[in-house]
Amino acid sequence: MFVLIVGCGRVGSMLARSMMRDGHTVSCLDQDPESHARVEVGLDGGWEELGGSFTVGAALETRALETAGIKQADAFVAATNGDNTNIVIAQIARKRYRVDTVIARILDPLRAEWYSQQGMHTICPTSVSVGMLENEIRAAASTGNGD
Amino acid sequence: MYVIVVGAGKVGVNLTRELIEQEHEVTLIEQNRTRYVAVEQELEHSIQHGDASELWVLERAGIERADMVIAVTGDDEDNILICQVAKEKYGADRIIARVNNPRNRPHFDLLGIKPVVSATDLILRLLEHEVPHRNMVHLLDLEEERIEIIEVRLGEDSPVVGRTVGEIDTPDRTLLISILREGVGFVPTVNSELRAGDDVLMVLDPRQEEELKRRLGA
Repeated sequence: MFVLIVGCGRVGSMLARSMMRDGHTVSCLDQDPESHARVEVGLDGGWEELGGSFTVGAALETRALETAGIKQADAFVAATNGDNTNIVIAQIARKRYRVDTVIARILDPLRAEWYSQQGMHTICPTSVSVGMLENEIRAAASTGNGD
Repeated sequence: MYVIVVGAGKVGVNLTRELIEQEHEVTLIEQNRTRYVAVEQELEHSIQHGDASELWVLERAGIERADMVIAVTGDDEDNILICQVAKEKYGADRIIARVNNPRNRPHFDLLGIKPVVSATDLILRLLEHEVPHRNMVHLLDLEEERIEIIEVRLGEDSPVVGRTVGEIDTPDRTLLISILREGVGFVPTVNSELRAGDDVLMVLDPRQEEELKRRLGA
């Protein structure tokens, strides 16, 4: 599968490596050229040598998205550090380029919830971590710790 | 009318001031604390501090009863999101979005965010009017209403040169409204003769533009 990841920060770069290890073709787009080093952390060779590609450009730039291969992408992940950027580019990927699988990372739970109701596939790290924390605390409470 | 303006830059602040002057109720939302504090002295209760792309901030500003939402921040993705949410989630009747980077304009169109205002486009249009490099300029486009006003320079070889306004054969749903000649504009009568070098202003249905250009020899 061809996976395009926009935003190559901690989340994007880690996902890029694991998708490559799974055998997918992975392309990253990030506006900061230095993010290229982040995606290579822990790899045995260079990102491109291992078959990956990396494009430097802004997420909203049509030309950058096309250079990064949005027209061929089977999956598109919007993982920049801006919720609004992710929401806008996810809609571009879906409506303009008809990418099959489009996932947007949205930190703000309220925005994530509303866009998810509108049919967008969203992942909200805030809600996920709150849920995990809740479970930990409930587990601790039920075993009697903290009395 | 109750208007929410987002972004207290020069555009947002001046707009808010003008709207208040016109006796509208306005809330300006600004996320940068320093900028908020600077403007708050003047606008007092008409400005709120917060990130308007957070839904609760819009709700606190009373988005449910807003007649219009105007997003004029320096970030196109913020302007798109705020307008999209205002329109689709909260049912705001009217929105206006600012386009900062003209290259992002197709994204606004794709997501149905309109009307939009782009300073760059406006300046380019003025420049085109002042220093035309083509013989046709768009002066006004009301896409929704399907009406536009264009300015056409008549060349020596235009088939309408030497004929009167009454004689020329223009397509349906187009109307010649003014002639600019040697720096002076006038509203012609059917007997006004068209000359080479005239700029004629036409109001028309945009779908007739190609046909009109053909008949004017533009």
